[in-house]
Parts: sequence; structure tokens; C-alpha cells
Amino acid sequence: MKKIVALVIVACLCLALAISASADGAVYYLNFKPEQDTQWQELAALYTEQTGVPVTVVTAASGQYETTLMSEIEKSDPPTLFQVNGPVGLANWKDYCYDLSDSEIYKHLTNDSFALKDGDSVLGVAYVIETYGIIANTALLEKAGYTPEDITNFETLKAVADDIQARKDELGIDGAFTSAGMDGSSDWRFKTHLANMPIYYEYQADGIGSTEAIKGTYLDNYKQIWDLYITDSTCDPTLLASKTSNDALSEFVGGKAVFYQNGTWEWSNISELGEENVTMLPIYIGVEGEENQGLCTGTENYWCVNNTADQEDIDATLDFLNWVITSDEGRKSMSQDMGFVTPFDTFTGEYESTNPLVKIDAQYTAAGKTPVSWNFATIPSEEWKNALGSALTAYAAGTGDWAAVETAFVDGWATEYQLSH
Amino acid sequence: MEKAIRKYWPLFLLPTLAAFAIGFIWPFLWGIYLSFHKFTTISKTTFVGLDNYFKVFADSTFVDAFWFTAAFTVVSTVLINVLAFAIALALTRGLRGTNVFRTVFFLPNLIGGIVLGYIWQILLNGLLTNLGKPLLALDATYGFWGLIILMCWQQIGYMMIIYIAGLQNVPGDLIEAASIDGATSTQTLFKVKLPMVMPSITICTFLTLTNSFKLFDQNLSLTNGEPGKASQMLALNIYDTFYARSGAQWKGIGQAKAVVFFLLVVAIALIQLYFTRRKEVQQ
Repeated sequence: MKKIVALVIVACLCLALAISASADGAVYYLNFKPEQDTQWQELAALYTEQTGVPVTVVTAASGQYETTLMSEIEKSDPPTLFQVNGPVGLANWKDYCYDLSDSEIYKHLTNDSFALKDGDSVLGVAYVIETYGIIANTALLEKAGYTPEDITNFETLKAVADDIQARKDELGIDGAFTSAGMDGSSDWRFKTHLANMPIYYEYQADGIGSTEAIKGTYLDNYKQIWDLYITDSTCDPTLLASKTSNDALSEFVGGKAVFYQNGTWEWSNISELGEENVTMLPIYIGVEGEENQGLCTGTENYWCVNNTADQEDIDATLDFLNWVITSDEGRKSMSQDMGFVTPFDTFTGEYESTNPLVKIDAQYTAAGKTPVSWNFATIPSEEWKNALGSALTAYAAGTGDWAAVETAFVDGWATEYQLSH
Repeated sequence: MEKAIRKYWPLFLLPTLAAFAIGFIWPFLWGIYLSFHKFTTISKTTFVGLDNYFKVFADSTFVDAFWFTAAFTVVSTVLINVLAFAIALALTRGLRGTNVFRTVFFLPNLIGGIVLGYIWQILLNGLLTNLGKPLLALDATYGFWGLIILMCWQQIGYMMIIYIAGLQNVPGDLIEAASIDGATSTQTLFKVKLPMVMPSITICTFLTLTNSFKLFDQNLSLTNGEPGKASQMLALNIYDTFYARSGAQWKGIGQAKAVVFFLLVVAIALIQLYFTRRKEVQQ
């Protein structure tokens, strides 16, 4: 999702200049997802061809979205459409969000919870629902004598992983789990996505949806799963600091590891393994009753329309979004080319996602498992994630201890919350 | 010719002056203005007075970054200048292949800092792995020396060129006179050559001192401040304050840090210029 792909499209900046000449409104979308950049460019060109309304799509480089947005929004032709990642992101940008309560995209939402609200006004609308978990290579799993059904909780996951790790030479692999790289391209899988697990369970136990001071009730579970990731791995834990997301991906696709923590967005990268050889398992961390736990499903992608843009640009943007979610071309692009699951009621029948990882998620939900929500959107700041990432890396390499991780997790949260409010 | 220049100098100066005003003076004034405000984007700001400045000095990471930067600056300035001067001396002796060596030593300077940082990260991590030591991102001491190695490798060639130019300008009759008077080569070096290249030394120490003090690219790509913030230098600390924190007040604090940073760089550069200038001699 946030691969280190530096996609800065100079051509689009030139296009943006051309747009300023047009009088009937124009759309400028500052896109967050580098992996779907090509599809957005094609869709934009198609819309311009059909309607004559210029649409510019610029994709911010991975990890640089806030920075790019901050400078773009000050320009004389600011983005008319941008993204925030949830409540914390919205707090920064709500002065710039147009009220979407009368918009078609809001009306087409299947569920009100996919909208970001401030009081009565709708400031952001989610456009993609994503799922992550432990992606597993079932062919290798079967070769080792197991099926995905054997794994129903942390104990069984650990037992299977330990056994596979012990027999790695016999199985012709390098390890059970792909390298848990802590390089900037990959560390978000652990300092954000994996950290969601203890946050989620604590929120569940306390019946809350956000907090100003986390207690770290489930930190021992976090340690368990992290220990498993770094021990039953393809590489020595001291090397994790320099391992990238591409390292992990190539290990998984190359059949050198069985388990790979990532999400539905990763499908296009791993599809060469074949649909029948891939499944996704919930991230079990050893909490009581976790046999009923499903995959982690949520969104951190909300569309916001810039209220400082000219009214005709705002109208053009809303028309464009409506076209994207209702026209055949738009729906095909989003569901099939981009592989998105969307929260809109217009995506039915042939426009349901064909992404196999998404189907697996649907099976879990159909089987009555409880999806884990994305609570990492309530993390107080990037700084918290960075400090946690450093502590995890040091712990893995043996230059730091687990107490430092606990400090970063618990004390860091309170400090960062205070500093941000 | 002289007359034309005297008449039209404002015209010749205009492009540079305009560029300087647009690219430096205007943003600089804006920066000072913003350091007294709380803001997310620069068109919507709230005045907070000196609040940001108080918070700068209450932030221990800024002070830590200052000491790390200071240590780095001292070590790298000395190393780069001594090594660059030594190489310049060796390459002004008319040895075979002098031009090839000059080119080779200068080449690293043509590669951008970010790229160099990533390349050296791979190299140094490979070395550390072979030695069984923790990687760059895990140990600030290795991060520090990694940065020193990287900066030396990049800067020595550039400073060498300036020193070579200086050494070639030392009048031959002075050196000849010294040798007739019976000066040894060490005496010639310290009593004749060094005083004569003092202007080059002024320039080179100024460049290395300020470059090291405001180092950003290499720091970002080589260690990114890891572990924790232990290898974070001032410029990266400012960048982090500005971008890694959420909440409007942090932008202003980052801006205030930048102003403090500017004053530090100016003060250090002026002190250095004062001291090295005093040693310069008239030919």
C-alpha cells in the first residue's frame, strides 16, 4: 500500500497549468495510493475524453502525502479532491473540507460509518475498504502437512510455524515467515498494522473507540506475535533494520516463506502464485476467544473535497466522483483494475471485487467471524509510530529490550496525545 | 568596457538579485513571521507570540541534536580539510597520472546526497553484518562514523580542487628563495605554502563547517536519525518536528527551530571567518 515507489508525475503538473485556463471547472485529485496511479490516470483521461472536463491526477510519493498536500493546497490551483486517513488526519484538514452531506457519493454509501463526520457535516467519504492479515502460501503449507484450517489461534499458528521453521531445509524454504523488515518501506506493517491488534483488544475490553492514554493491556500478546515473526523468519533478527518490503515480497512470491503479513492491496504483486495457492489468516496474538476473530478490515482512505476551490471546480469534482462510482467505466476501473472493495451501493453484480483476498475476507465474515476494526487511525501521531518502530527494531536486534517497546507504546501514547492536543 | 559596466551594473545584477530575493529573502521573512504563529497551511495562521521559542528550548531532542551536530561538525571539518590538503599537496607534485587522480577524487561530489546515503547504507550495513556488529540503524556510534566516512568521501575531492588552485598560485620565486635560504620541505610547507594558501583554507573551512552543520540529505538517507533520535542532526530534527507531528502548533515550533538554527549557523560561520581571515597574508 505504501510501497516506496516515488511516483511524481511531472506531466500532470504541466497539465495542471493547462487546466487553469479552463472556465467550466476542473478536477485535480491528489492521490494517496501509488500502486493505483496508472488506473487513475487512465480513468481521468477517459473522463476528459467523454465530457471535456480536465481531470488531473497527481500521486504523492509513498510516505510523502501530508507534505505534498501541505504545499499543494497553498497553490493557486489547489487539489480539488484530496484524502485524509481518518479522524486524526481530519483534525488537521477539517478547515479545508467541503460538506459532502448533499453529495451523491455520500448518498450511495452503504453504511453511515464509512463517512467521517464533524457534527452534522460530512467531511470525508471512504472509497475503499481494505483487509489485512497473514497471507499464507497454501501449497507450501500442504507440503509441510498442514491445511489453513489447522490454524485457529496463536498456539496452533506458533506450532505450525515452529515446525515449518525446524524443517525448512527439507521443505526447501528459508523460513516460516517472510522477513519482518523494519526499513521505511516495510516497517508500517508492524509499527502500525500489527500494533493495531493490542490496541483493538484493549478498546474492546474497555468498550471505547479511542483513548488519550493507552494502558498496554495486551502488550504481552504483541510481544508473542513479534517474537514469532522474528524467530521463525527467513533472516537473522539483527538484519531486520535494513530489510525492505521488496525483500519480504520476493521471499513470499519466490516460495521461500509460507507466511506474509500484508493486505488485499498486495494481491497484484503476489497473483503469480495463483489464486488457489493463496489464503489469508487472521493475525492471532493469543487472546482468549480469538478462534472467532476474523481479518482486519477497515479503511484509511477518505475522499475530501477542498472547500477553498472555486465553486465550479467543486461541482466538477463532485460530478467526477459521481461518475466514478456510477458509470460502467468508473465502476469497472475501481473494482477490477484497481481491485478495490468499495462501500458504495452501486457496486453490485459484475462490479463486485474480483480480488481473491477480498473473497477470502467475505468468507470469514460469512462464517460468522468478527472482523477486527482498524483502530490505528486513532494513534496520536506519526512520531508515536516511529518511536515504536525504533524500539521494535532494537529489540529484534538485541540492542534494546522489550521494556523500551512498552515505554514507546504506553508512555509515548500519552505524551504524543498531550503534545497533539 | 569599464565605463559600460559602471553605467549598466544594476542591469547585470538584476537577475541574481531577483533570484536571491524570490528564493531567499522572501521565504526567509515569511519563515520569521511564521515562527511566531500556529498554523497548518501558511494562509491560515494564528499569532502565538514567543510561545514557539520557549518550546524549542524545552524540547530535549533539539538540544541532543545540537550536540550530535556539533561533534559531527568538528570531526568532519578537521578530517576533510586535512585530508583534502594532503591530497592536494600530493597531486601538485607533477606525478604521473595527476589529472586522472584529480578527476577520480572529484567524482563523488557529482552524486547527490540522498543517493550517496543509500549507497553507503548498503555498503556499511554489508560490512557491519560481516563483522557481526549491529547495523547502522541500531547504533548511533556507527551512524556517526558512517556519516563522517560518507561526508569525507563526498567532500574531500571538492576541497582538494580549491586547495590545488591555491597551491598552484603560490609564486615559484618564493619557494625558490626559501630553498636557496636552506629551508627544509617541512619549513617550506608551514612557513611559505600554508600562509600563502590561507584564503583557500578560509573558503574550505567555511564550506565544510556550514555544510556539516546544516547536513540533511545524507543524514536522512543514511540513518534517518535511528536508533530513536540518537543520530539525528539539527536539520533533520527540524524536518521531523514539522512533518512527523500532528497538531497545528508543531509547525510553528519547527519554524522557530529553523530560525534558531539559522542564527546558530550564521554565528558559527562569522566566528570562523573572523579567525581564519586574520591569518591571511598579503602577497
